[in-house]
Amino acid sequence: MNFLTLGKRTITVLGIGSVAAVLGSLVFGALVTSSQPAYAIPAFARKYGLPCSACHEAWPKLNNFGQVFRDNGYQLGNERDAPITQQPTYWPMTVRITPLWHREHNKRVAVDSVPGDATSPLIERHVSTSGFDLSGLDLWTAGTLAKNISFQVLPSSDATGAFHFESAWIRFDNLLGTPWLNLKFGKHELDTPVSEKRFLALTANGGFFQLYHFIPNRSGANPFNVSSFLGIGNNQLGIELMGHSRNSYTRYAFSVLSSNSGQVGLPSNRTYDFYLNVNQAFELPRLGLQRVGGYVYFGRSPTYALTSGGVPIPGTGIGNRSFYRVGAYGIWYVGKFDFSTLYLHGLDNVFLGTGTPSIQPLPAEARGPTWNGGFIETHYTVSPQLILLHRYELIRVSRQALTTTPSDLGNIDAWTIGYRWYPFMHSRAGLAWHQEYSRVRSRKTFQLTPDSPLRDSIGSSLLMGFDFDF
Amino acid sequence: MRLPRSGTRILLGGIAALVLLPSGIGWAQVSHIGNLTGDAKRGKELYRRYCIGCHGPRGDGEGENSPWVNPEFPKPRDFTTGVFKCRSTATGQIPLDSDLYEAIGRGLHPTAMPSWFALTRQQRADLVAYVKTFSPRFQKQKPQPVVPIPPEPPVAPDSVNRGRELFQKMECWKCHGQEGRGNGPAASTLTDSKDNPIRPYDFTTGTRFKCGESNSDLFRIFMTGLDGTPMPAFADVLKPEEAWDLVHYLRTLQPKGHK
Repeated sequence: MNFLTLGKRTITVLGIGSVAAVLGSLVFGALVTSSQPAYAIPAFARKYGLPCSACHEAWPKLNNFGQVFRDNGYQLGNERDAPITQQPTYWPMTVRITPLWHREHNKRVAVDSVPGDATSPLIERHVSTSGFDLSGLDLWTAGTLAKNISFQVLPSSDATGAFHFESAWIRFDNLLGTPWLNLKFGKHELDTPVSEKRFLALTANGGFFQLYHFIPNRSGANPFNVSSFLGIGNNQLGIELMGHSRNSYTRYAFSVLSSNSGQVGLPSNRTYDFYLNVNQAFELPRLGLQRVGGYVYFGRSPTYALTSGGVPIPGTGIGNRSFYRVGAYGIWYVGKFDFSTLYLHGLDNVFLGTGTPSIQPLPAEARGPTWNGGFIETHYTVSPQLILLHRYELIRVSRQALTTTPSDLGNIDAWTIGYRWYPFMHSRAGLAWHQEYSRVRSRKTFQLTPDSPLRDSIGSSLLMGFDFDF
Repeated sequence: MRLPRSGTRILLGGIAALVLLPSGIGWAQVSHIGNLTGDAKRGKELYRRYCIGCHGPRGDGEGENSPWVNPEFPKPRDFTTGVFKCRSTATGQIPLDSDLYEAIGRGLHPTAMPSWFALTRQQRADLVAYVKTFSPRFQKQKPQPVVPIPPEPPVAPDSVNRGRELFQKMECWKCHGQEGRGNGPAASTLTDSKDNPIRPYDFTTGTRFKCGESNSDLFRIFMTGLDGTPMPAFADVLKPEEAWDLVHYLRTLQPKGHK
């Protein structure tokens, strides 16, 4: 349940002309948190009698033993993996939720100078809200249906109790008797370089990787309301072919996905996206396990749809144009320190970048936007029961879609710091006391009025709460 | 006042003892596996993360999960006794560091002890160093020479037949059953060295054993025994060629093509 402020996502995709939407999203972002499930599964600990710390550096962050277990299809390979070997009453269900207190602060919000009077001039104000709250709820079940057939079903709710299927898949493990062939079918987390579902941050601003979801500023809203790629951090619908060495030092994953960003129902267009991640780990004496890898996500998104009476017909997105995200990463251990470092380069086709249907002319001198970004996330594992967290993330747009757009519009700097303390560590349940502060600065995405200069949007989150699962 | 030199040493030694003993590392302990040197201090951290749930903070096999280990499985090993099943040393001897290292990486099949092959080689070496601190035997004794494993003769029908006869003659069937299913007449009465019930190995369930999966591993089990269990060592009873015959016969009891 990494908190995700919808407003923070949308702010990067809105154009200069969408001031009201930007402001609205800022306020919305300050007031509302939705949840993005994170994975830690006491049901597995109960099944195998291992403490959480066996699989997790600090739950939900996996260590290599946990990675191998996951890569093996939630199997230890000890002839007790199949459900027939468990007590008939064993039910692999996990519940996770976080009662919490949090404070959301936005440095620049346009508010009416006379409350309730929409005609009064807008003025800029700081807006802070705080209070006790709940995260979303995960009802998680996963395990094996039979030896070498694993599954996962994760209905997840937001804080109001509205559920959706975060993931639902079946996996055929060790095909042809080799760990190099495993086939997953359904809605699944991509094999991302650094998992957004298993990291430690929870706040509205820090509870997701900006890079995984970044979409550069559009010059205008697409009139056909067709959905386009929203980020490799989202669970996607499709199939995954995955393979690994016995100790998962060498791994690959290749996914073919419906190009609808994991939304159920017919895809908005009729193409497929592709994702590939390859990585290799190696040991350095005295330092620990190091891992390096590369990844690419590429596909095509629609720019318009067939309409009936002017209304887009679902599932008829056409006029597809391409995009890609590509990068490299390294995960480095130095004793009790570990550093996750990632670089990403992105490009959207000019029609996607300007929000223009491909049957319409492009704005003058329009170009496909490109950007670069990266993050470094540092952990210091004091003990299996205490971990410190720090992350700095930046995104720099290297080419705006329109030459008239300020070159740094949409650039992001995000910073997160926090810690998690686990009062106990055993094989039945998990409890963590979590404290975190995060801050995000988005360049020139705030404009008080159409005549006002563009200024930076700055938001911050403070959160503390009890994160528990059973 | 100035202490005499010997007095200073005693004082420093006393302070060191006071500092080290409460930490659970009563003596500096290392392990040597090939070119790796394991460190007990680092191993302690790893033990706390991976092992403490079953083997307990004192290494006595009384971790909080110990009572709930599947009753089909043996109880977690009590490291304080310094007695280990999987060794390349003679029965009654402490194991080599490499024996413990291999056991950690391989896991003990079929028990609740999984393979920790996913840990780095250094981490496994560190764990070995720490596990050794639980028993004073590792301070007082040196591992004895490794039980030799001569080259394996070819598998032949004659060898299998001789092995079948040995299986009867040595009364292996009393525990393991005539078909090797672990259901011999004495099976239900067996206990380990801590009086916990223990089941004989069922050869029909797979091709892996507690201490390995190769023919050489099985040969070694005959010769060293599984200390702490009713499985004795046959080094003084079986000739090497007889042990190989037994290996060849027992392989016929296992499912073919099983992995």
